[in-house]
Amino acid sequence: MNNSINAQNISKTFGERKVLDDISFEISKGEIFGLLGPSGAGKTTLIKILTGQLKPESGCSFINEINSGELKGKDYCGFGIMMDNFGLYERLNCFENLKVFARLYGIKNESIHQALKEVGLSNAEKTAVSKLSKGMTNRLRLARAIMTDPDIIFLDEPTSGLDPATSVEIQNLIVDMKNEGKTIFLTTHNMAEAEKLCDHIAMLNEGKIVEYGAPQEICRRYHHQKKLLIHLTDGSDMEIAHNTASGDTVCDLLKNGKIETIHSTEPNLETVFMELTGKELAV
Amino acid sequence: MNAISTVFLKQIKETLKNKAILIQFVMFPVLAVIMENSIKIDGMPEHFFAKLFAVMFIGMAPLTCMSSVISEEKEKNTLRVLMMSNVKPVQYLLGIGSYIWIMCMAGAAVFAVLCEYKDADLAGFLLVMAVGIILSILVGAVIGIISKNQMSATSVTVPVMMIFSFLPMLSMFNETIGKIAKITYSQQINILVSSNFEDVTDSIVVLAVNFILAVILFFAAYHKNGME
Repeated sequence: MNNSINAQNISKTFGERKVLDDISFEISKGEIFGLLGPSGAGKTTLIKILTGQLKPESGCSFINEINSGELKGKDYCGFGIMMDNFGLYERLNCFENLKVFARLYGIKNESIHQALKEVGLSNAEKTAVSKLSKGMTNRLRLARAIMTDPDIIFLDEPTSGLDPATSVEIQNLIVDMKNEGKTIFLTTHNMAEAEKLCDHIAMLNEGKIVEYGAPQEICRRYHHQKKLLIHLTDGSDMEIAHNTASGDTVCDLLKNGKIETIHSTEPNLETVFMELTGKELAV
Repeated sequence: MNAISTVFLKQIKETLKNKAILIQFVMFPVLAVIMENSIKIDGMPEHFFAKLFAVMFIGMAPLTCMSSVISEEKEKNTLRVLMMSNVKPVQYLLGIGSYIWIMCMAGAAVFAVLCEYKDADLAGFLLVMAVGIILSILVGAVIGIISKNQMSATSVTVPVMMIFSFLPMLSMFNETIGKIAKITYSQQINILVSSNFEDVTDSIVVLAVNFILAVILFFAAYHKNGME
């Protein structure tokens, strides 16, 4: 099996609300998979089910070929989880926090220093968690997730609430981890982030996957307008049909040096999501 | 064993920076030292304050600490992370419980010194304190397990802790309370300590019944709520 994560027909209901409805997907080794959806779409619930923290009503999932419902303590060494609700010991400093888990996994101090270095917290090793900013706290959670050098990493809204600079730092870390061959399951409602990072995405709305594929492929699939947007040197804009008949027009404009820029008009993920659900993603 | 020692060591570091817990371990021993050395009233039983505070210490410190530590870990979701890191619930409870037991036994040693116990009396006192601390740890664990957060744990801990720590004192002033209090382990420990371990049979029976009840309560709470 070449899949790191495999979800089959997962459903989950809380009270009368169906949070997940027949969810199935496969994630190959070494890819970044993004689960997109607005707040309350069921993203965190799905992570909890995949990582064995919650039992699904129906369906099953496998991580590295182990049924999520049968994961035991030692299995968790094989994957890292970074969730916003995963607590840290606020009175302990960054190093002491990681040391607790390093002892449990039999990891040496060098790995703690390395993990803290990778997330840019080397200088804050002795800082109490209660004194860290939200961005630094998120990075410490990430350090804890990667400390065991896992094959699979679950990241639940890793850049949520962070400033742009810190978000970019974390995104770069995610790309580095992918380059090391790790499989990354990422939830986000930030489409730009998903487009930039993910090999494949699934759009989750009201418990159902409404679209699945590579981000650019999805955008192309919903490219109904088939137009080109041309910014002219005189400052005006011009829209022309994206077909062979427009070739002469474009050539003329180019010959006369009137074109500043040419853009295709395929939608972005936000537009696709709105078209599918009538909702904005970033809510 | 690694998981238990990890939780134990984690708790040492945490407690050193947690004044609310730390004060529970030192408050009554320090109070006892002060009162024993500053108040001398004619007719007062020997080492009255040390013995009284020892019993109150049993009913308060282990119970409050255990429920507070567990409920805080639940509230801040650190317990879930531990459970997902190869720590079994029993290992977690043993790690935290053994830490609290050792800290409380250190307090018990202070009371033993204040009461000037020697030989068999010293062994008897420490044994009784050890049993009482274990019982309170079990009750604290039950409260921690049934509580979702620190706030709800405190609302249960305070009345329970008041019953076990203050009933022995109140029973000195009211015969009816004294009779009712006899069914509690803290009052039996009070009776044992006050009588210098003269008549132990009834107390052993009550302590054993209290222990069985606490264990049943613990398993019922654990079965219903789990650790998370």
